[in-house]
Amino acid sequence: MVSLNQLVIVCLTYVAGLFIVAFAAERAALRGHGDWLLRSPLVYTLSLSIYCTAWTFYGAVGYAARSGLEYVTIYLGPSLIMVAWWWLLRRLVRIGRAQRVTSIADLISSRFGKSNLLAIVVTTMAVIGVTPYIALQLQSVTLSLSIFAVSEAPADGAVPDLGSSALWVAVGLALFTVLFGTRNLNVNERHHGVVIAVAVEAVVKLVALLAVGIFVVWGLAGGIENTLARIDASDIGQWRVDGSRWAALTILAAAAFVCLPRMFQVMVVENDDERHLQIASWAFPLYLMLMSLFVVPIAVTGLDLLPPGSNPDLFVLSLPLSEGQNGLAMLSFLGGFSSATSMVIVATLALSTMVSNHIVMPIFLAVRQGGASQSGDVRNVVILARRLSILLIIGLGYSYYRASGGSGALAAIGLISFGGVAQFLPALLGGIFWRGATRAGALSGLATGFALWMFTMLLPSFGEGVALSAGIFAEGVLGLGWLRPQALFGIEGLDPTVHAVVWSLSLNALVFGLVSIFTFPDPVERLQGAQFVNVLDHSRPTRSWTASVAGSEELMIMAQRILGAREAQVFFRHWAQRQGGAGTLPEPTPDFVQALERELAGAVGAATAHAMVAQIVGGASVSVQDLLAVADESAQMLEYSSQLEAKSRELVETAAQLRAANEKLTQLSLQKDNFLSQISHELRTPMTSIRSFSEILRDTDRLSAEDKTRYASIIHTEALRLTRLLDDLLDLSVLENGQVTLNLARCTLGDVLDHAVTTAQTGATRPLTIERDPAEENLGFLTDPDRLAQVFINLVTNAQKYCVSAAPRLRISTARHDGWIDVIFLDNGAGIAPQDRALVFEKFTRLMRTGDAGDGAGLGLSICREIMTRLGGHIDLVEGGDGTAFRVRLPAGQAEAPKARVGDMQRVG
Amino acid sequence: MDALRVLPFLGLALWMVPLLWPLGPGPEGLPPGTGADTAPGMTTADALRYIFGVWLLLILSAAVLWRRTGDLPGPGEPVDPAAPAEGGG
Repeated sequence: MVSLNQLVIVCLTYVAGLFIVAFAAERAALRGHGDWLLRSPLVYTLSLSIYCTAWTFYGAVGYAARSGLEYVTIYLGPSLIMVAWWWLLRRLVRIGRAQRVTSIADLISSRFGKSNLLAIVVTTMAVIGVTPYIALQLQSVTLSLSIFAVSEAPADGAVPDLGSSALWVAVGLALFTVLFGTRNLNVNERHHGVVIAVAVEAVVKLVALLAVGIFVVWGLAGGIENTLARIDASDIGQWRVDGSRWAALTILAAAAFVCLPRMFQVMVVENDDERHLQIASWAFPLYLMLMSLFVVPIAVTGLDLLPPGSNPDLFVLSLPLSEGQNGLAMLSFLGGFSSATSMVIVATLALSTMVSNHIVMPIFLAVRQGGASQSGDVRNVVILARRLSILLIIGLGYSYYRASGGSGALAAIGLISFGGVAQFLPALLGGIFWRGATRAGALSGLATGFALWMFTMLLPSFGEGVALSAGIFAEGVLGLGWLRPQALFGIEGLDPTVHAVVWSLSLNALVFGLVSIFTFPDPVERLQGAQFVNVLDHSRPTRSWTASVAGSEELMIMAQRILGAREAQVFFRHWAQRQGGAGTLPEPTPDFVQALERELAGAVGAATAHAMVAQIVGGASVSVQDLLAVADESAQMLEYSSQLEAKSRELVETAAQLRAANEKLTQLSLQKDNFLSQISHELRTPMTSIRSFSEILRDTDRLSAEDKTRYASIIHTEALRLTRLLDDLLDLSVLENGQVTLNLARCTLGDVLDHAVTTAQTGATRPLTIERDPAEENLGFLTDPDRLAQVFINLVTNAQKYCVSAAPRLRISTARHDGWIDVIFLDNGAGIAPQDRALVFEKFTRLMRTGDAGDGAGLGLSICREIMTRLGGHIDLVEGGDGTAFRVRLPAGQAEAPKARVGDMQRVG
Repeated sequence: MDALRVLPFLGLALWMVPLLWPLGPGPEGLPPGTGADTAPGMTTADALRYIFGVWLLLILSAAVLWRRTGDLPGPGEPVDPAAPAEGGG
């Protein structure tokens, strides 16, 4: 016989062994050894087996003994889900990886716009939903202990108090989980120790159950055929499974398999490689099949061999015990113990992560003002929060166990838990397949489903008169017949479980869909929705830190507080080396910041880590602010690029102007050179003749008076010419320097022209016909008549000198428009070549002309231009026409109404 | 690939077949050992054979598909930029 003390010793040894395995695994992972095992699909598949808890180990047999084959539905659902990995799990794993999801609450909140409210709701629901499950584990361990206690007890039946043993188991599990689950803080990275321990426990429970099964089939029943015959002969030998329960339970189990926080943890969060999924798609159903293979034989044999009234939930233990197989019984107990502990460890781990990340940390960060820039080590807070959450969750499980009286069948309790977490399914599926799903829809759907679940499943499970009075069971809330917890809307006769599942899930989905249709998602929801639904199209994580403005020092300070000084330094140094830098601080590249955020997410959860890094780095691409920032950034870039464009346009224009100026300068320089030689020539020619003739006058004594006069007049003429040249130069210089004073007077255009034409033609050698229209010229205005006449004289003289026509003719016409008076001088000469047009008004320009080139100094038009500028007008060369056309433009503001002056075309010969 | 997609639906359909089976009479009123002879319902042993047979079929098909499709999910598989850093966590 096995004594309780022996049992406790074996258990402790087993737990110590698990610790060693977990410790060794973490050490190996730390050193980078053993990846072939730690990251193998085998370990992944085995870790999925935490689906099979003590409920499976003990409860399935009890379930089978009570209801026949119905128990198998609990395993058919998950098998289908695994086989359907291509549809659902692949997406979930991809999303989990792309969005760095740490829990199912994280996934749902992240999908619906990173809503913390939603995360809190899901976390709360998960805690409430999983509580019965933890109670179930307590109950099963307590029950299994009680079997040994009973068998050990003396005949007078002094059975030890079971309640206290449940408390001790709860305390033990809590301690175990606190030590085991919060050994390290990193959740986002894989929990190699826990995963390996879970895998070992998976093997233990499978081996234990198979051993009992083989013992029963071949040891007690005498082979397969006999066993099958015995099955058919038993009370459960007939197919009596209610169809609705069959279908509803299969769906419920499938839903729970996806939605259970601990399943999500091992299936999505701890997943290393997507390809493991496909291997698990057949390996895990195989595991489930093996686990449920011997359930019916054990149940039937137990019913046969054990005394009536034995608890069928414990056949797995009591059968070997009754046959005196103490070793097998011990193995079986260990199997059950493994199932319970692994489930509690992972479930509380997952739940405590959710609680600390979604409830405690946001509150803590909100209370401690300053967010990420506060001082102090956040790690202690996180670990403390997690440990307290673990205690809280296990405490809740224990309370539930006490409250429900510990009497319910294991299967019933398990189904209640399933029903609770299955409420996540509509929001989850809607979230990853339907972009139109909104936060409001998810919240209201979850609330509806959860309320119904509480009312129809959880509260009734305490029994009549505990949470709900008998009156409510019979007559409904407030006496409303359609609000009876097991006959909603007056539909009676349904199985309570089916009733609860159908109503809660269908109304949940209905409300979720309807509210989603009638509400609008905000931008972050839209963005996240698109990323979730289309995760397979672009599997790269779309978020990335865009800025490299983060200071490595600041990141280091923050990381030290969360990861611990040593770990943070190791991490930073590793990255610094990886980037090839010499120092201990790496460059804050997007890759590095992303890796750091992942590291932090393991400690404080994705949302919190994201927020903290965002405070320092200043924006990735997922919050509204970030979106706005992105929009701003692109707007800025647009603006910047248009500025650049404008600048480059400006540059091009400036370059063109520079080129033109340069060209002009070169020409001017050439002109100047020409002019200098010209002017020297101009000056020297008269000077030479003046000198020569004055020498003649001085040295020659016998000169006739006639010659003297002639020579003296030559000297005089040349001196005049010199004077004129110097006058011109002086005039131009004065005009250019703005030192000229204008003698403004009132005059008419006609008078000025008359004066100019007369002066210009005085002494002219060539005949020039000038055509004028006196009527046009009858414009009075205020100007400097002498200066204006100088311009006109110059133009007439030019025409006289340079017009190459045989019968030179100059037409002077006047026009008024747009506030200007235009006087156009058009001759019938050859015109000016295009390449010379830019130069005519420059100083010292003398165009190569036939005729009497060299007569002037080339200053006339320059002087004209300067005068016109002083007078407020300008002079330019007009294109087109045959000859040369100069336009003198005067401001008409000073013009007056024409005086009455009659005249016709005046011809001046 | 299509087989991969269809397989779960096939499994679902096959496992929902028991809905069509006639329900056997309850245990009361039936002398032990005679149920299988007198009742037209399905025996549990047959049901077991059927359900586990389907199970085995699904497992084998999934395994064969895994062999056949090989590393199909490979394209688009995300490369973890921080993978070498994980050992240090």
